[in-house]
Amino acid sequence: MKSGLFSHFNRVGAWVLLLFLVTPALIAIPVSLTPKRFLSMPKGELSLRHFEMLFTSEEWLSSFFQSAVIAVSTSLIATILGTLCAIGLWRVSSKYSELVRAFLLLPLIIPQIISAMAFYRLWIPLGLLDSYAGLILAHTILAAPMVLITVSASLATFDPKLEQASKNLGASNWTTMRRVILPSIKPGVFAGALFAFILSWDEIVVTLFISKFSVYTLPRRMWNGIRENTDPTVAAAAVVLIAITFIAFVIFVISSRRNTKKTVS
Amino acid sequence: MQALRKHIHPGWFIIAPLLILVATLYLSPILNILWLSVTDPEPGFGNYAKLGESDALVRIIWTTVRICIITTIFSVTLGYSIAYAMVHCHQKQKNYMLTLLLLSFWISILVRTFSWLMLLGRNGLVNGALQDIGLIAEPIAFMRNELGVLIGMVHYMIPYAVLPLLVSMEALDKRVMDASRNLGATGTQTFWRIYLPLTLPGLVASTLLVFILSLGFYVTPAVLGGGKVLMVAEYISVQLLVTLKWGTAAMLAALMLFGVLAMLWIMSRFMKLSTVFGGAAR
Repeated sequence: MKSGLFSHFNRVGAWVLLLFLVTPALIAIPVSLTPKRFLSMPKGELSLRHFEMLFTSEEWLSSFFQSAVIAVSTSLIATILGTLCAIGLWRVSSKYSELVRAFLLLPLIIPQIISAMAFYRLWIPLGLLDSYAGLILAHTILAAPMVLITVSASLATFDPKLEQASKNLGASNWTTMRRVILPSIKPGVFAGALFAFILSWDEIVVTLFISKFSVYTLPRRMWNGIRENTDPTVAAAAVVLIAITFIAFVIFVISSRRNTKKTVS
Repeated sequence: MQALRKHIHPGWFIIAPLLILVATLYLSPILNILWLSVTDPEPGFGNYAKLGESDALVRIIWTTVRICIITTIFSVTLGYSIAYAMVHCHQKQKNYMLTLLLLSFWISILVRTFSWLMLLGRNGLVNGALQDIGLIAEPIAFMRNELGVLIGMVHYMIPYAVLPLLVSMEALDKRVMDASRNLGATGTQTFWRIYLPLTLPGLVASTLLVFILSLGFYVTPAVLGGGKVLMVAEYISVQLLVTLKWGTAAMLAALMLFGVLAMLWIMSRFMKLSTVFGGAAR
């Protein structure tokens, strides 16, 4: 289009907006380096005392550990269930399977506060409140749709003739699944597992409702810190979270780039 | 068993585990909540009648809807600008933009809320900077009011607004715009009369998606609103965890749920839902 001036301004505006999306989070970095005992911007000298605090505090370390256990378990279970389900839906592909797919995506779109209510309601009689199992189950239900989406996207580019060929050559259903289908949808499965991990690792709304004392995840502890709004250890924790997000993101970008290269060549 | 296999596609056997899990542990309690909304504390529509009696409830719902509408307008407008710029620039620049966009998706909501708390507070960085350069004498109240909630929410929602728009803009046939220009329309005319109407499905999908996500938003309003801006989600949590009144909370949840489902239905008429969610997950 010839409207060059407008496009140009718009592009500059878009860059400013994109930077606005990312940069505010970085404020946690200087705040975490303050030598003071309260939340403040450091003036002149910097100190790592809040990181030291973070990594020696039993409470924070146990929260890190609990979050890791819950997120890894969630990711594992959600990936297995979500992948199986996606393959099943892909094989059936009928009117009913599309209905089931729409139903299974609901946990992603139903407001988190309603999901939290639902789990809270059911976990009371089941005795799952404030337990690892309760959190992992709840997070799995929220995360599985993510896996369903990424694996389905991979399956959409998979050639069904390959499956047919494998069967014609005498492979069983199970062998076909393991040796033919799974290797070709690996990028989708991997992305799904990563998304499921991040979702559980960050999840706060449902966690606030169904955890209390014995299970105290990292987001839960951060939430408390944010509400109290005094202890700079929260800033240090935020920096660690940003670093972890960044690493996960880089892994994701590199692996997806490798996959696109593979399909091109 | 053999007879069963003949009638049921084997694919259903591997769909079943997740389907059963979601149906028993997710759908059933949600239905239970809908049921509670007409039975707790006593059977009937007493909870819904409260909407007509209690000014507080109406005010909370109105606050929620108002904030969601403003958030949606800002997020979608700004998102449109970003998506437009991304579609109309070189591949390399577009990749950088996409990286920033996805990165912002990945940053934890708690980290972002914490950052806003540091930036917008009375002694926060923004007020400090404005005072230092002498633009203002007194700190501006960015927080504990609707302004703070709006800043936090728009910041969170922009990426969600961009993705459906991006999908719909990329699917456009560029030759239509060329044709319009060749027939003598100006750039502005082409944009308003051709480009905008053609991206309308994406615009509707993006608007509804952001609105739906804003409706149940909990973290940002609770922290940046500082108790001064009470929205439905926070009210529900107070009802459940502090005053233990399931009935009212269930009624509000039911209203929210029906609202969301209605909007999803409208959205599905404009765009294949899977493309929206597919985009949102990537």
